[in-house]
Amino acid sequence: MDTKSLNAQDYIDLVKAYVETQDEKTLYDAEQIAKSFIKNNILPEEIVNLHIQALLEIYPDLKDDIQASMKFLLEAMIMYGLAHQEYQQLREKQLEIKSEILVAARMQQMLLQSDIPKTEALDIGVISVPANQMNGDYHHFVKGKDGSIGIAIADIIGKGIPAALSMSMIKYAMDSFPENLMSTDTILASLNRVVERNVDPSMFITMFYAQYKPNTGKLYYSSAGHEPGFYYNSHSNNFEELEAKGLVLGVNPDTTYMQYELKLEKDDSIILLTDGVTECRREEQFIEREEVLEVIKHYIHLPAQEAVNQVYRHFERLQNFQLRDDFTLVILKKIV
Amino acid sequence: MNLQIHIEEGNDKSHVHLSGEIDVYTAPKLKDALIPLTSKQGNTIEVNLEQVKYMDSTGLGVFVNALKSSKENGSKLKLINLQDRVLRLFQITGLQEIMDINATIRGVNE
Repeated sequence: MDTKSLNAQDYIDLVKAYVETQDEKTLYDAEQIAKSFIKNNILPEEIVNLHIQALLEIYPDLKDDIQASMKFLLEAMIMYGLAHQEYQQLREKQLEIKSEILVAARMQQMLLQSDIPKTEALDIGVISVPANQMNGDYHHFVKGKDGSIGIAIADIIGKGIPAALSMSMIKYAMDSFPENLMSTDTILASLNRVVERNVDPSMFITMFYAQYKPNTGKLYYSSAGHEPGFYYNSHSNNFEELEAKGLVLGVNPDTTYMQYELKLEKDDSIILLTDGVTECRREEQFIEREEVLEVIKHYIHLPAQEAVNQVYRHFERLQNFQLRDDFTLVILKKIV
Repeated sequence: MNLQIHIEEGNDKSHVHLSGEIDVYTAPKLKDALIPLTSKQGNTIEVNLEQVKYMDSTGLGVFVNALKSSKENGSKLKLINLQDRVLRLFQITGLQEIMDINATIRGVNE
């Protein structure tokens, strides 16, 4: 109230000063006072009213027709005032929605959180960074009774909240499978049927499912149209693409998948990622897959968690780096 | 970040020429253009992607949607002249195997 009346007198004084001197500084002051009006929710028609008062103080014999024209302006500004009020309400509403989404995103994170299983066999590192509030990438770890480790990495295509929500469906479907009895290809085939029945036609899911069996040292894997991962052969110091064919989940209910296998030696690594990693853009340029591989190569000797952190930090440091898509990277290193 | 869609409609064949980028911003526009065409029974829709330099997975979602719609409605969807980068998305996702895709741009692609 106080600031309001103070500002009102300030406004009148400023108009007087400007009429007399017409100096730039007064214009700057006008800008400042306008900001404070906005902050205090002063409506446009109130400012016009103030202006009329200022004019009457400066020119006590203000001509009637000018006064009338100012009244006309006042009426015209009332509509602007209403629009402004509406805008304020929308802003508040938006803030409300934003905070609700934040709560939903936190809840989703909690529901979907999958801790890295404790195992003597593998050193596992994972980083998953959403481009927006809700993450469309998903990763899931399962430890079997025989000590086997299952890892799923998935990308939900179809953006936004509905896509993110469908991830819970995947998680609960996976939790309901008798994990130890199932091979990677049957897991994907079962998930495919669940997804196909339950998602919007423009939505689908890419997934890479891998299972490591410590007693044989073998990795079994299947892919449902997922960005291929890499195999790092520590002996030859070489990277190879983990080739696996298969259709994305949710397109055709009768899809079958292939299971591949790979023998891992001590210090070999498996790198799994989502296309958010390879779809990073630098200005108008893409980061090529080879370039991503170069960065991974640079850090592969580090412990797995440190390695994934460093790779992400590398891209984050790039100039004008902008996450267009959710970014998920998993490194598994055979340590015994 | 723009997509031009040009449609030539014949009796039972529609040619769709796309130019620009298909991403999360332009995908809805493409969907609105494609789905009515695939809903027409007996229609063949040929989508020319020669001028599409970039497509993300949301764009792929539109084509999956169009494919499902064409199967349901007895129409045919055909993609032609894909750039390597765009073609790669169809290859990785296994969609190339179930869609009618003719990638050749003047013998540049395999």
